[in-house]
Amino acid sequence: MPDELQSAFAAALCDPDLPPPAPVRSSGKRRFDVYRNNRAVALIDVLADIFPVVQRLVGEEFFRAAARIFIDTDPPRDPVLLTYGAGFGDFLDDFEPAATVPYLGDVACLEWARRDAYHGPDAHSVTIDTLADFPADRLGQAQLTLLPTLHLLRSRFPVGSIWAGVEGVDMKRGEDVAVLRPDMRVETTVLTPGAYGFLSALQDGAPLGAAAQAAAEDSAEFDLAANLQGVFALGAVIGITDRC
Amino acid sequence: MPDAHPKHPTIPASAGVGLKPVHYETILSERPDIGWFEVHAENYMGAGGPPHRYLEKIRASYPLSIHGVGLSLGGDEPPDPDHMARLCRLVDRYEPGLVSEHLAWSRHDGSFLNDLLPIPYTRERLARLCEHVDRLQSALKRTVAIENPSTYVAFDAEDMSETDFLSTLTQRTGCALLLDVNNVYVSAVNHGWDAASYIAAFPMESVAEIHLAGHAPDTDDFGAPLLIDAHDRAVADPVWRLFNDVLSRTGPRPTLIEWDNDVPDWSVLYDEAVRANALLAEALGTDVKAMSHAG
Repeated sequence: MPDELQSAFAAALCDPDLPPPAPVRSSGKRRFDVYRNNRAVALIDVLADIFPVVQRLVGEEFFRAAARIFIDTDPPRDPVLLTYGAGFGDFLDDFEPAATVPYLGDVACLEWARRDAYHGPDAHSVTIDTLADFPADRLGQAQLTLLPTLHLLRSRFPVGSIWAGVEGVDMKRGEDVAVLRPDMRVETTVLTPGAYGFLSALQDGAPLGAAAQAAAEDSAEFDLAANLQGVFALGAVIGITDRC
Repeated sequence: MPDAHPKHPTIPASAGVGLKPVHYETILSERPDIGWFEVHAENYMGAGGPPHRYLEKIRASYPLSIHGVGLSLGGDEPPDPDHMARLCRLVDRYEPGLVSEHLAWSRHDGSFLNDLLPIPYTRERLARLCEHVDRLQSALKRTVAIENPSTYVAFDAEDMSETDFLSTLTQRTGCALLLDVNNVYVSAVNHGWDAASYIAAFPMESVAEIHLAGHAPDTDDFGAPLLIDAHDRAVADPVWRLFNDVLSRTGPRPTLIEWDNDVPDWSVLYDEAVRANALLAEALGTDVKAMSHAG
């Protein structure tokens, strides 16, 4: 049942210009402000915990001001806040005051992917030896199941290097990045040419042959043998099935 | 499925500590002599990863209490069935000795407001809260403990006191209570109540757990003291004294040290637990009413 008191209380909580609802005994502004502050500060702290590199890049004051606007535009709907802020990267892309730091949104997407992988489902990676058991003449039809925590990011900025704090990086060179958690540690890896297309195709369910084809179209430098070694070395594969 | 945690089905009447990720490694390597741990349910509602890995290990060696902060039992809407189902899965997995939630609301019209918000103590609100607590206890198939809030504003036109409200809640639903002594002190100072009278009126026979925490001093617009339930420092001396008063009425009860912000080194938390244990030991001889809601 809708409730006038809680509607008005919730509205005033999120908008400091609104007065507290009438049943709240009049006792000045600071008492009701405790609730406003608790909500805003706790949510900003959640974001600060998820996006430490974004905060390092723009400074604490700017970060907290941006986060405060974000929580008004995209407030949480779920009491589980472990992965709140999925939209923070897109928000920063359109956030005018951050226009001079055009890669900020992509760094936020990378940090959110790391948080999502941290809390994502557990799964056991298999080694490349598993592939040796597969009939050689059917390798093209092999279906590689990838880690559920694998996130692939493509940026027109060197987002992985920026995130890692690499100095003197060429800001005009884009990077593809894989984020994944093979065991308990979240890994962040800058991908070689074609690997993004290869992994994206595999993630979409393409068999090995079709994924290699997609990767070759993505980059002429794509090297299948090296990439196969690479995805298993990353721990990105959890199973192989024959798609016949 | 076999019982995964057969060694620790209940919470002992000794001091426990709120489990924080920064202390996972220390706890596993040092195996401190501590009665039990408590976690916020919502922090363990992710699918997997290190939080569950650590909690499994710690649960294998210590009793566990699960403390929900997101069900919004005081809300105008019934508790979200999906969120209740997640809590049920967590309780099935970790088999906690205690499950608790708050006398508060935090959700409205699909939005999560991320704070424990106050409700006016009226008959109508009480009826709604009882229905929500019934739903929760039916879903979990067990008794939950409901915590008294710390509040910063009061409402006009209330029908009853907070202690009467909580007493009636336990009578109607059979729920237990979690007595947060710091919340009593904070609310008493903020509203000019007498904390000792509050404790005297509290239905102690229903208390399954006690919370202790630190608060931050501030002032309101008129210069009156306004205490904030900040959980960011040591338990204050007046709260320790009030705790002792509570123990003289209840005898030893599971008592949690809560420290959620500016979390200190493990040794600082441990020392707070030692201090609580000393008072709990003194209360051992106390002649008290039988405890009907444990476990």
